[in-house]
Amino acid sequence: MAAPLTLLLIVAVTIRAALFRSSLAELIAERVEVVSPITAWKRVVEGLALLDLGVSPYSGDVFHETPLIIYMFHFLVDYAEITFMLADVITAVALYMAVKEYNKQVFRKQKFALEADRYPMDSLELIRSPKEMYYIPLKVAMFYLLNPFTILSCVAKSTCGLNNAVLALFFLSTIKGNVLLSAIFLCLATYQSIYPITLCAPAMLYFMQRQYIPVNFRRVSFWWFIVQYLFMYLGSLFVLICLSFFLLGSWDYLPSVYGFILSVPDLTPNIGLFWYFFAEMFEHFRLFFLCVFQINVFFYTIPLSIKLKEHPVFLMFMQLAVISIFKSYPTVGDVALYLAFLPVWSHLHRFLRNIFLVSCVLLACSVLFPVLWHLWIYAGSANSNFYYAITLLFNVAQILLVSDYFYAFLRREHHLTNGLYLKRKDGSEATLILK
Amino acid sequence: ILSATVDAAADTQGTSAPETVVPSSVPQPKDDFQEELVIRPLHSGDIYASFQFRTLWDTDFMRENKVSHYRLFPKSLGQVISKFSVRELHISFTQGYWRTMQWGQPFIPSPPGAELWVWFQDSVTDVDATWKELTNVLSGIFCASLNFIDSTNTVQPSASFKPLGIGNVTDHSFLRYATLPREIVCTENLTPWKKLLPCGSKAGLAVLLKSEKLFHSSFHSQAVHIRSVCQDWQCKTTSWELRQTVNSVFDLHNSGQAKREWSLFKMFSRTLTEACPLASSSKLYIDITDNPQQFELSPATSLLSQAVVLGDRRTFSVYDLTQETTFGSVRSLNLLIRWKSNEGEMLRPLLHAERYVAGYGLQTGEIHTLMYNNHPYRSFPVLLLDSVPWYLRLYIHTLSVTSKGKDNKPSYIHYEPSKDRVKPHLLEMLIQLPPNSVTEVTVQFERALLKWTEYPPDPNHGFYVGSSVISSLVPSTVAMDTNSTRERPLFSSFFPCKEESSYFVRIYTEPLLVNLPTPDFSMPYNVICLTCTVVAVGYGSLYNLLTRSFQIEEPNPGLAKRIANVIRKMRGVPPL
Repeated sequence: MAAPLTLLLIVAVTIRAALFRSSLAELIAERVEVVSPITAWKRVVEGLALLDLGVSPYSGDVFHETPLIIYMFHFLVDYAEITFMLADVITAVALYMAVKEYNKQVFRKQKFALEADRYPMDSLELIRSPKEMYYIPLKVAMFYLLNPFTILSCVAKSTCGLNNAVLALFFLSTIKGNVLLSAIFLCLATYQSIYPITLCAPAMLYFMQRQYIPVNFRRVSFWWFIVQYLFMYLGSLFVLICLSFFLLGSWDYLPSVYGFILSVPDLTPNIGLFWYFFAEMFEHFRLFFLCVFQINVFFYTIPLSIKLKEHPVFLMFMQLAVISIFKSYPTVGDVALYLAFLPVWSHLHRFLRNIFLVSCVLLACSVLFPVLWHLWIYAGSANSNFYYAITLLFNVAQILLVSDYFYAFLRREHHLTNGLYLKRKDGSEATLILK
Repeated sequence: ILSATVDAAADTQGTSAPETVVPSSVPQPKDDFQEELVIRPLHSGDIYASFQFRTLWDTDFMRENKVSHYRLFPKSLGQVISKFSVRELHISFTQGYWRTMQWGQPFIPSPPGAELWVWFQDSVTDVDATWKELTNVLSGIFCASLNFIDSTNTVQPSASFKPLGIGNVTDHSFLRYATLPREIVCTENLTPWKKLLPCGSKAGLAVLLKSEKLFHSSFHSQAVHIRSVCQDWQCKTTSWELRQTVNSVFDLHNSGQAKREWSLFKMFSRTLTEACPLASSSKLYIDITDNPQQFELSPATSLLSQAVVLGDRRTFSVYDLTQETTFGSVRSLNLLIRWKSNEGEMLRPLLHAERYVAGYGLQTGEIHTLMYNNHPYRSFPVLLLDSVPWYLRLYIHTLSVTSKGKDNKPSYIHYEPSKDRVKPHLLEMLIQLPPNSVTEVTVQFERALLKWTEYPPDPNHGFYVGSSVISSLVPSTVAMDTNSTRERPLFSSFFPCKEESSYFVRIYTEPLLVNLPTPDFSMPYNVICLTCTVVAVGYGSLYNLLTRSFQIEEPNPGLAKRIANVIRKMRGVPPL
């Protein structure tokens, strides 16, 4: 499998290099769908220029990256294109290896369950074979590397690519079972944008499943593991924060980075829900709705963890999707990351209900974003409502996609335990509903 | 680097002898009032009138016992100085933009709109709070909306705006500068301004300040400048100087009815009948340097005076209004200036600047500032001060300064980035302008989307960006003119004479009008509902999937069967 992967990497790098050299690179770097005030490359260069002028980059409101990023790009600013291509490559390879390992575990679990006769007879056609799972890792890498969203994000030199790389490495180290590395990578991802903290739950559930610790509130081993993991995670976070303090010599970056993500002062349009909502908010209610929208991101962790405690990897996918949809400054790079996981659940396609509608809407919205932006900002013949409407539609489509996959996953689990062809009491064919 | 202690309008007579006041039980500090009007016909046919009213008072506002006996100095301003511990105050209200290339340099430059800059004394502990109170009090005194000055349009320049009075301060934390480019000047601002004069508008030159004609001009600027000056050449004691100035340019076609013939009556719809009795000197100067044979003055006057102003030696005909003979037999002076020919050249201004916004669309843009150095062989440094509001996000890494096509790196850059809704951008640079060249400063910016409540009532009019300020010591062409050094002894004419070698100039560029993207103002409730609906869609689908489980659907029995089942349940019999 190394050869097709290498070929894929070469093709992906070629496409990106070609786009970097073309005139499209500057155009793409300014698109609001691809870059946000947190991830824009122009702002990183501005921060470096402010440092050169002797002014703290955090004294203004233009620069919102973490001090580690300044430090890194202080040395790498001339090699920026290579850095971002490398980040994409690392993400793809990490996802590839992680999914391969995960498939092995899925297959092994399935084999044990088959031998233990846990599946009813008619649901045997839902069992997955190694043959159909063989190409999934390559498909995952392909879905990530050749996704137009990812290519645009890389060519725009958005630091979202670096965030995705750290998240992919976190995923890889979790799947491989390395608790310390998983905590460190998760801490790096949280340090850059706060939201990945919710990925603690799936990571902890995965490790507990792997180490055969029962997920039971009354067991000491459960709490002991949680304490261990949180200690490693919070410890590395503390170290990173103190290191950032020593890099620039002040705590200015805390309100500039984390205060900015949480309080959303900048209303630059993007593909998310926050900007127009807070542009039109009554001042009296601003704080209330800000808290509501921010809690909304973190709020699904506990219920999803309870429902999906046996399936931590699917939980991780759901969490990533929730973060990408509801975070304060989303970009298409965030969307691309969870879209890359879809081939892992390709066996669910027979239970998906809305996939055609969702894919049509996503495609149409992606095309309409630049058109309506041009009409509003440059042609002046549309107003902000047009762009806002497409934003709403895009987010609804993403929500439908995620809930559709959730539905399909739960339904497959139900069929695996209760049989595929269900009959009603009188023997006629039954339909399943959610009640 | 630049010390701005040179007076823009040189008074050749020097400081006048202070008048002694009638002695009373407490020796009163001496005060003195002078008024003057300079009329300069411009090359384009327009006419420039500059009034200056100066009150000098030897008193100390800063000492413990409050000053209570005010005579010539207005009480409202005296109280402002003592209450807010002001070292210097300069406020100007301007309508119109000064066209340097057509009109030359003004005596007192001012930007369009309102401009206020203040140096506070070292004793002030909280400068920002004092500044806020001061702007509100001045807003009341001048009937202007200076209360719109807050931290989002106030800056602390680090090198420009050095004090114009005595006292060489270096701590710029006591300086505040703010400008309101959108401020409109009208009669309501002129009336309280006139009330500050000792004679009001009843006698002296202030009689000419009538709003119907003044506001019908191409350019009108009224200003108040307060500073400390030395009393004598030894400078052992200081006195407070209050200057009130009005600069107006009357248009050839609008006010002049396209005839190159001006009179006081035509310009101001009034004539002069007497000088202000409280004034120690009241003079009217007509600039006759540009071809004395070109126009004729009537009534004629024999008084002439010469002064070096703005690097140029000018000759003035003087009318002394304190003399009875000036008014003649009709007891009124209606000066008539008639052109005889149209020839003659204007002295080209050595430094002039333009500014504009480039780019298209509502996302990004570029500010271009062009500075022209018209001196044939000398280069000189200029200090450029730019204050850009926070909602135009400047990217300082895109700053480029080019002269004659090549990169011209500024020797001093002070940049303070803006903070959203707190303070504006401040950019100060010291740039060396090569001789006979154009220097272009460009910087890119990004337009922000504001909250719907932050837009003014007419949001599509645009947002104003205040004028850039360019301060410089411009080398004068007079100094190297061998004609003027010919009649002097050789021992004094080797080095260019100090007073004439360079003069201080402050130029203001045009204010910019920039459009920002606007949200739809009619839709706050709709937007809130729709966005919350989308969030609820997400919540609802996940809630459904989390709290419900799959069950086999039992078909709904008919109504009759359901009623029968209810009865059977009551009876305790199994249902159908």
